[in-house]
Order: sequence, then structure tokens, then C-alpha cells
Amino acid sequence: MSNEVEKDKLSGTDTTGHEWDGIKELNTPLPRWWLYTFYACILFAIGYCVLYPSIPLPWGGHTEGLLHYTNRKAIEADLKANAVSARPQYAQVAARDLDAIRADAKLREFAVAGGRAAFAQNCVPCHGNSGQGAKGYPNLLDDVWLWGGSLDQIHQTIRFGVRNANPNSHQGVSMPAWGDAAKNPPQVLAAGQISAVADYVLSLNHGEVDPGSAKAGQAVFAENCAACHGESAEGNQDMGAPPLITGVWLYGGDKASLVETITHGRSGQMPAWSERLDEPTVKMLALYVHQLGGGK
Amino acid sequence: MSTQEASLYESHKKVYPRAVTGRFRSLKWAVMGVCLAFFYLMPLVRWDRGEGVPDQAILMDLAGQRVYLFGLEFWPQEIYFVTGIMVLAMLLLFLATALFGRVWCGYACPQTVWTDLFVMVERWIEGDRMERIRLDRAGWSWSKLRKKAAKHGIWLGIAVASGCAFVGWFADAPRLSHRLVHGTASLTDYGFVALLTSTTYLLGGFAREQVCTYMCPWPRIQSSLLDEHSRVVSYQAWRGEPRGKASDSTAGDCIDCLACVQVCPTGIDIRDGHQMQCIDCSLCVDACDSMMTKVNREPGLIRWESFTGQTQRAAGLPAEWRPVRARTVLYAALLLVVAGVMLTGLTLRQPYHMEVQHDRQPLFVALSGARLRNGYVVKLSNQTRGEQIFTLTVADHPEVVLAIAGEQDGAVHHIRLVAEPDGQTVYHITASLPQSRLNGGTETLTFVLSGGGRPDIRVSDHFFGPVWP
Repeated sequence: MSNEVEKDKLSGTDTTGHEWDGIKELNTPLPRWWLYTFYACILFAIGYCVLYPSIPLPWGGHTEGLLHYTNRKAIEADLKANAVSARPQYAQVAARDLDAIRADAKLREFAVAGGRAAFAQNCVPCHGNSGQGAKGYPNLLDDVWLWGGSLDQIHQTIRFGVRNANPNSHQGVSMPAWGDAAKNPPQVLAAGQISAVADYVLSLNHGEVDPGSAKAGQAVFAENCAACHGESAEGNQDMGAPPLITGVWLYGGDKASLVETITHGRSGQMPAWSERLDEPTVKMLALYVHQLGGGK
Repeated sequence: MSTQEASLYESHKKVYPRAVTGRFRSLKWAVMGVCLAFFYLMPLVRWDRGEGVPDQAILMDLAGQRVYLFGLEFWPQEIYFVTGIMVLAMLLLFLATALFGRVWCGYACPQTVWTDLFVMVERWIEGDRMERIRLDRAGWSWSKLRKKAAKHGIWLGIAVASGCAFVGWFADAPRLSHRLVHGTASLTDYGFVALLTSTTYLLGGFAREQVCTYMCPWPRIQSSLLDEHSRVVSYQAWRGEPRGKASDSTAGDCIDCLACVQVCPTGIDIRDGHQMQCIDCSLCVDACDSMMTKVNREPGLIRWESFTGQTQRAAGLPAEWRPVRARTVLYAALLLVVAGVMLTGLTLRQPYHMEVQHDRQPLFVALSGARLRNGYVVKLSNQTRGEQIFTLTVADHPEVVLAIAGEQDGAVHHIRLVAEPDGQTVYHITASLPQSRLNGGTETLTFVLSGGGRPDIRVSDHFFGPVWP
């Protein structure tokens, strides 16, 4: 190959001297500063590697860079700054009572937002990400409350919880295992009686049942269940006994579920959140749960 | 010539455009003046919008998320109007290119305008083409240093002014310039001033025609918008060739004086035919015309002419021009359609909007008394400066009970919503129905927002219930 720069006859452009099967490549060179821009990018990359974490090390980990920057540190700094800026409102929440916070639109907005965050971190595993609950874990959106749905009652329940070691927790009455003599119910019911009382409860909720069985169940109910659930099954919030006439069920409202509940009993629990969270956070949780739609 | 390897990189060949006068140069000065005046002065123009609202005629308020365009005010969710303006600009560019080639590149493109301005300063300080070439070749002296320092000083001054004017489009310009001067503006402001200063200085002072040749995609796209009827700056080879001295009566009209090459801001020879680097600025037309007049020949050896026209002239026929053809009619029609859609949209624009989003989870809540409740996020946008009170009802479902979540309104069928001025107000609304009213698991609810002296706003959404197996 000669060293002479060859000119393409047709276009008048120099060729690069490269040839494949008789096809020659025209040379349309880039300006030299373009090349320098490329070198500048390489220099930038070197500077970046020195300053920031970049190069994986064969024995694990990576170079940290002179700035010791990590996203985690950055977000921690952000969170800290956020906590500092929210301090005045936080102090307000701590100082004022629930009704006063609720009446102050700005403060209430702050508390509900804080409550939403605390709910996502602490309550979601049982009560669901929107507070919709699950079997055995109450739905916080509906209008049926085991321990009361007013702002103060919700606050009380979150603070001390249900049936735990905290002396202030709701103890109420655990539902006995009516079909299990080993668990010491006041009195063991026979399988037929349990079936009958389940039919009676179903009939209260417009279920289609055998009227005879329901009639027999009514007598069993009056004798064994009415003490907690009330004469007309309207429930009792002091005992944590749910109403049985709402059509809203914690453990399922079909015959099989009812029989299972009556046979083995129920005793839901909830932690005392004042033992784990600070008081303003518990207040914010109460305000958040109250405005979900079911609050009284 | 010595032998050499082909280089893959080209050293910068500096272009020294010569001064020229003529009708196209005058037009180019005028367009440049209008463009620069618009860019530098527009942010200072005021437009009264009332108390507490920016009074800048054109303002892109990024922090406040508003675009103010004289009497119009756009919100982020109306970005399609801004998109529409861009589509209009693009179609206008297509049409202009189909008719007159790269007039945009030659006259109105910011790169052309600022390069022209920078070259003007250069010429004013260092002299015309030959003086500049001599100055660059000469060794360093006090006079050269003084000239170069003065030139770069003025360039930097223009660049800083451009940077400051640029940020003035995005903030209240008079107050911002006060802050910029007193050193109290934000780091972001100074950052953007610095960015625009450096790009103006580098692109106007140094990169110049290389931006058009190497960086800009437009020269490539443009070849698909041109056809044989587009009028572009072209050399009439049939008349000019063969080139020869003015005294040579056997030669063509081109006297090979190189005036067209010397005035060219991109440093090309138009006589090589239409080429990618040509921005249709037509300074060579002015240069050639004045030369032709001097040697008593007919001007127009380099002229705006279509390929067809040129062929016709070569054959001795009168040149015809067809501005109306399928391509231009299509671009013009698209332009009218988009402009029509935009105008209609602007005319029918309402100051209030409602958006309804059904809660993702849960889809429904079972209540006591065999009722079902669904939750909705209702967003009211109020683009006016006054608070507005609305009533929300549900059409065709008298038994629907509405409530603002967390507030006990009792069993009501309409609720009062307040839309805060100049913003969006978000409500969490619940609606409940007896379960017996649901057929097949879902219903459609039509929310009706009335008030504000405007037609009712209706938005439909689902109402979900349990699906029985």
C-alpha cells in the first residue's frame, strides 16, 4: 500500500486507504477539537473515579473515593434535615390534645401525613397497607369497632394495645373455646348446640337457615353468649365483644367459620405501641386511622 | 507534494468572512436586530395580571410551575399547549425549508445570529478579512495583544449579557438582574448564567460554522425536505462556466474573483454546487451581484433558484417557480390543522377541573346495615385567583351517601367542596350504597360538580362491591 493519499475520482474526497472487495472508504475527518473533547471526557472520568466510589476490588467491596459519598449517607442527611425542620410541628402535636390538633387544619394535615408514614412502618403487616385488615386483623375502614371508633378510643387502643402484658391494655373477655373441654370454657357445648347457635347468628344476618335449628340456637345464645355479645347480639366494646348483626366479620361469616370460632374461641391481641413509639407518633397514628373513613 | 498518511482528524481551518453589503446583508442585519432585541428585551416587558401574580409578559416560572404568555397562563398538566407550539414551529420550519431551503439556518437560527454578532465585533476591532489573516499570522506585539484582549473582552461581555438574559426568561427579570448584580442570586441562577455565558462565548467565538457542520442534525434532516422546486442559493454554472478573465469574451460570466468564497461564513465555494455546509445566507449573492455590476455583466450569477428553474434557464427557457405543490400544501395543511386544534383548545379552556381516582385498595368496604362504601380521591383544580365553592353530587343515584372521609356529615347526598385559589385541592371522598343496589358487583357513578358560574363538570367512575361466585 502506498503512502500517497488517494483521491476518490467521483466525489473528490480523500480516501482512508482502506479497501474491502474493491470498495474504498472515503475519509470525512472529524475536527480535531472533537477528539480533544473525547480526551476531556476521559480526564473527567478519571477525576470522577478518584472522587466517587467506582472501582470494584477483587477481595470484595470497592474504592470509596476521596469524597466518601454514598446514597445512604445522602438520604440519612436528608432525613435528619427533615426531622429538624418538622420539629416545631412535632412539638405542637406533643403539646396539644387530639381534638385541638384535629381542629387545626394545618397541624392536622401534618399529623395525618406523619401518621400515614408511621402506619406504613408499624401497622401494615397486620392491618394491610390501606388499613383494610385481613382475617383476624380488624379492618380499620369500616364502621364496626371492637374497642370503640372515636378519636380518643382509637388513641387508647393504639397506646396500650389489646390483651398484652401492659396493665392498661384492653383485656375484655377472651371468647372461650365452647367446644373444647380442655380449654376450660364455662360449660362445654355439644356439636349440635354449636351448629344451632351458628344458625341463629346467621339468621340475625338474613342468612338462609333451618328455622328449627335457629330457634334452638336462640336459647343456647341467651344462656351462653348474651352475657358478652348482648341480648340482641349488639356487641359490647368494654369486653371487646363484636356485634353479630352487622354483616361485618373478623373471622368470616359463613357457617363453617362461625362453627370454628365458637368451637375453638377467639382472643385477638395487639401490642402496646406506647412501649415502642413516642407519644406524638401514637397521636398521629390515631388521627390517621380516625380519618380513614370509619372514625366515629 | 510530499507523501503523507491520511489523517482521521481535521485541523481547524479558520474562516475569515469578508465584509459585504447588499440587499440580503441588509435583510440579515434586520433579522439579527429583531432576534437579539426579542431575546434581550422581551423579559423586561411587563403585563399586568393583578395583585400577587408575576407581571412579566413571557415567563417560564419553573419553581411556581407556571408558564405565563401574555394573557395566558399554563399549568404543568397543560404542557400539551407548549408541545403544540413546538409542533407549529416545526411545521413552519418544514414549510419554510420546502419553499426556500435553509432560510432558518441562514437568518434566524441563534447560532447564525450570535456568530454574526461575534464576527461583527471581530471585524470592528481587528479589521476586515485580510487584516485579520495578517494579524493572526503576525507575531505577538502590544497592538495585537490589545486587539485580541479587546475582542475577547467584548465577546465575554456579550456572552454574560446573553446568560443573564436567558435566566431572565425563567424568573422576574428586573428583580433577578438586581440580585445577579448584587451577588445575592442563587447558585442555580449563577450556574445557568455561567453555562450560557460559556456556550455563547465558545459557540459564537470559536465553534461557529462547525456547529452547523458537525453538531447540528438539521443539515442532514433537511435534505429530505428539499426537492427540485425549492429555491436555494445556487451558482448558475451554465452561465458562469468556463471561468475566465473579465476581458476574455470566450469565457463564461464567472470571473473567478473568489468574492463569493471570501464572504462565505461557512468557508465553502458555492460554485461546487449545493452542499451540506451551505446555510442559504445568500451573502455570496450580494458579493457576486456587486462584482457583476462592476464588470458590467448581468447580476444574478449566484441567485435564489430552484433546480428546475436553473435547468430551464440553462435551456434558454423562462424559469418557473412552483411554490404550490403536494409537499408545501401538506405542510401548510398540517400547520392549519394544528393551529386550529390549538385555538379550539384555548377557546374551550375551563378554569376549573375535577379529577376522580378510585381508591386502589381496598376496592370496597363492607359496612354494618348491608351497605358498601367506596373511596375516591377527588382533585379540584382552580386556575382562578379566587376561592371557589362547589357542590358535589352523584347523578341518577339518589340513595348514594357522600362524605368527606374523616368528617361526619351524616346521611347527605351532596357535599360542599372548597377549591382553593390558584392551585389544586385534594379531598378523600367516600360514597356508600346499599349492597342490594349493586348488580353484578359494580355500578357506575357519575360525579357532578356544580358551581363557579360554569357548566357542571361530570366525571364517571366505578363503584365496586363483592363479586359473588
